[in-house]
Amino acid sequence: MKIRLLLTKSVLAVAAAFLMVVQVAGQATAIPASRQVTPEDLVKLLQSSPEQKPLMIQVGSHVLYTQAHIPGSEYIGPASTEAGLQQLRKRVAMLRRTQLIVLYCGCCPWSHCPNVEPADNALHKMGFRNVKILYIAENFGNDWVNKGYPTAKGD
Amino acid sequence: MRSGTQASGPKQHPLAPDFTLAQVNGPSLTLSSYRGHVVLLDFWATWCVPCREEIPHFVELQDKFRAQGLQIIGVSMDDSADPVRPFSQQFHMNYPIVMGNAKIGEQYGGVLGLPIAFLLDRDGRITKKHIGATPAEVFDKEIATLLLKQ
Repeated sequence: MKIRLLLTKSVLAVAAAFLMVVQVAGQATAIPASRQVTPEDLVKLLQSSPEQKPLMIQVGSHVLYTQAHIPGSEYIGPASTEAGLQQLRKRVAMLRRTQLIVLYCGCCPWSHCPNVEPADNALHKMGFRNVKILYIAENFGNDWVNKGYPTAKGD
Repeated sequence: MRSGTQASGPKQHPLAPDFTLAQVNGPSLTLSSYRGHVVLLDFWATWCVPCREEIPHFVELQDKFRAQGLQIIGVSMDDSADPVRPFSQQFHMNYPIVMGNAKIGEQYGGVLGLPIAFLLDRDGRITKKHIGATPAEVFDKEIATLLLKQ
């Protein structure tokens, strides 16, 4: 009886650990700080060299993008879905692997965003090594629009 | 868990912008047709983790307060209804879901993060706005209070 109980506990512990790994793997918190860029620093970058803008890609919801997005950025779709990832891979397929790419979402608080980490992971697997992820602490409204940073509407 | 709540005094409660939107599993829904109910308007998306965490609580709240006059309405901000239909079945969502759009988002002050929930009194006025995942007990208390008012 004791052995069975121990086995059950072990199986549950392994399952819980697996679920935690899966959860962390899809979260923005898995992205190292060295690959993050703050809104302030991105604005400075855009202002300092407007002719050499990075490719900026929004990997969240189209409805959110239509309401407000970074001028010049492109909508791809939620990278937490396979359709969104396919669109992302298709968009960057022909680019040089040294191209500076900035990914952003802002749908949810950073710790809960399901989109930026899969997008970052996909680009990394394709060989891109100059990718930055916009660190949005709360959401795009609070951390970008309400701070007065450049914003565009529509498609 | 982080959330933001903006509340205002009774005299300042604005009328919730009315809308008629297509339901995911039914005919069009008009918000103003729910006057007389307390309405919880939840802007969410299937891929939004904190949104998903809230939905089982909303299902419980809908069951608990239905007879007293609560109506929860989900406004999906997904790009299409395709993932919403199976999701609503999987989560046994017992309240109507409409497909949102940028226009409705702007009318509600910009839905630029998810989830965002608005609590409307029986006159269709917005009494609370919750930004981000909000504990179920907060909604429970606020809904119970609003339902007491005729």
